[in-house]
Amino acid sequence: MTQYNPDIAPKKNPLSLQINVEKFEKATEEEKAQNDIVRESHTFFRDGMRKLFRNPLAVASMIVLFVIIVTIIVAPLIVPYTYNGMVTINGKRDRSAKNMSPFQYSQMEQQLIDEGGTVFPHIFGTDELCRDYFIRVVYGARVSLIVGFFASLIVLIIGLLYGSIAGYAGGKTDLVMMRIVDIIYSLPDTLMVILLSVVLDQVLGQSLNGTVFSTIGPNMLSMFAVFGLLYWVGMARLVRGQILSIKNNEYVLAAKALGAKPRRIIRKHILPNCMSVIIISTALQIPSAIFTESFLSFIGLGVQAPMPSLGSLANAARQALDVYPYKMIFPAVGICLIVLSFNLLGDGLRDAFDPRLRK
Amino acid sequence: MDFELQHKRRKQLLTSLAMACVIVVFGCIVLPMLFEKLLLITVLALIIGALFSSNDTGRYICKRILLALLTVFIIALITFFAMNAIPGGPFSKEKAPSAAVQAVLEERFHLNEPLWKQFLLYLEGMMQGNFGISTKTGREIAVTIFSSFKISARIGGYAALSAVVLGLVLGSIAALNRGKVADRIIIFFTTLFVAVPSFIIATVLLLVFCLKLGWFNVFSTQNQSIVLPVIALMLSPMSYITRLTKTSMLDVLGQDYIRTARAKGVKERWVIFKHGLKNALIPVITYVGPMTAYILTGSMVIESVFNTGGLGTKFVQGITNRDYPMIMGTTIFLATLMVMMTLISDLVYKIVDPRINFD
Repeated sequence: MTQYNPDIAPKKNPLSLQINVEKFEKATEEEKAQNDIVRESHTFFRDGMRKLFRNPLAVASMIVLFVIIVTIIVAPLIVPYTYNGMVTINGKRDRSAKNMSPFQYSQMEQQLIDEGGTVFPHIFGTDELCRDYFIRVVYGARVSLIVGFFASLIVLIIGLLYGSIAGYAGGKTDLVMMRIVDIIYSLPDTLMVILLSVVLDQVLGQSLNGTVFSTIGPNMLSMFAVFGLLYWVGMARLVRGQILSIKNNEYVLAAKALGAKPRRIIRKHILPNCMSVIIISTALQIPSAIFTESFLSFIGLGVQAPMPSLGSLANAARQALDVYPYKMIFPAVGICLIVLSFNLLGDGLRDAFDPRLRK
Repeated sequence: MDFELQHKRRKQLLTSLAMACVIVVFGCIVLPMLFEKLLLITVLALIIGALFSSNDTGRYICKRILLALLTVFIIALITFFAMNAIPGGPFSKEKAPSAAVQAVLEERFHLNEPLWKQFLLYLEGMMQGNFGISTKTGREIAVTIFSSFKISARIGGYAALSAVVLGLVLGSIAALNRGKVADRIIIFFTTLFVAVPSFIIATVLLLVFCLKLGWFNVFSTQNQSIVLPVIALMLSPMSYITRLTKTSMLDVLGQDYIRTARAKGVKERWVIFKHGLKNALIPVITYVGPMTAYILTGSMVIESVFNTGGLGTKFVQGITNRDYPMIMGTTIFLATLMVMMTLISDLVYKIVDPRINFD
């Protein structure tokens, strides 16, 4: 095809609709530069990450969470004590290492140090059963975080499946499914959690002995069961609402009009658009699960006895609050840091990834 | 509306009214208690209202009350059958009474009846304020609940009141000084208080003000200082209300009618109170239901920490003692209270702001 040349273009006839080429002028360099790509284009994800890393609170909370997670993974490998065993010296139980304050050594340990041996310091002291308190707090944080992650995972899976089925199906199916959700949603959740924990603890207690689950304990299992039974409704509502609103958007209609197959619409239009909201609410679900776990542990329905959780440690510390306040402070600070970091990170994620808040 | 459709609707209404009359007459003959007759009539009236009311708000109110009644029924159902699923009966102790005594006791407490009949009997007793007898103390549960609830209601009431008042004030201050020091301080503390579990706030308050500073006596029944429990209970809902008020206040202050009010020379104070705060209050109303739930469950922990002898303390004691009738009665009582408060807040919300369509 020959290029268009205005010089050899036919002359404009009067009364014709042909554009008069002579009235045009060539674009200047400046005008041409307006079409250049100044910055490389960002995908939605990269743009969100950039925003997230610009938010100082979110970055700080990510650092705190990273430090906590590294600590709970690494500390049990380094610290030579166990969460359920007494402090021992050369295989002998050290009965004098009771209720020590942070970095204090017991008589036997002092003796060993004087003789030239090394004793790993009790960073948070010891408890009333001569167990190293630091490692107990570390294990407590481990339990709390695991509960938080798994509970939100359960909530995510059930809620996502239920909500997307209701959202896609629509019509009568949707109506019936959402009425069930309405009823579960109106049950007071904390009370039902307590009730089901009490019951499942007793029902599961006997049948669990000897199985793999006995190490986790019936309380933990019942807690997961409760989350799976009750807490998914919020997620299901959210997912359904998202899918319904996205389904009715013009760009989905446009894609349909252009002949896109349902699979492509789901993959390209619906999923990416509701993913951010789902991830944000999952991130915000974790602290609420940790909250519930610590609450249940505090009223004595949490993890099984030798296994600590931050809530049960705080509850145990209550008995000698006057004499050993630091035993309260360590697990309390732990819970607050974890919950606060997750809250701030969730807020940061929402600000970075929720398109409706974009300015 | 189409005339034919209207006619059809009226016909439907008349037939259902006739059916309802038949059911009511039949029910009044069969059901022995006056209370049950009244309940039946109310439920039928509500169903008719929900189906045939021409008024949108009226239909919503009927539906909402029906949902609340259904929720209470389901809670009672879950609680009753969950508690009966627990292995072990009243006579499974070592000192089992003789067969004759067992038979008499079973007759008296209707234990020989099938389970669904026991449930109906329990429901009937519950409506008359009879929750059975505690297996631990041997007292009537209803008496324990109502006497201890007086203490809880006092603490919870003050907490709710101060949370709402302080939350509104702080939220308005934060919204009016957006980005300034006051706003930052308020937002910092509210973010912090949302992340701290109430039992930690309670223990820290107890530790600092009772044990270290000695400003307050440790709570006992003789010395009814409720300042600390109220503060511990109020901080988290107050923070939530503050954040809620701030966002809705900012939203409202950007509206056109605020500009109109300012333009016609209304005093700034008047603008904020009459036009701003009044409209910013609406979202806060929706939080009343969740706040009641939070305060009632939070009071379990806080009352145990301060040992106030309220319903929360009794509930936690019931859990520790595995006193199942007590747990059952308290759960149903508290759950009904929460459902009622949520109902009231939803209805008030709908009446105050009829723009919202819940369907």
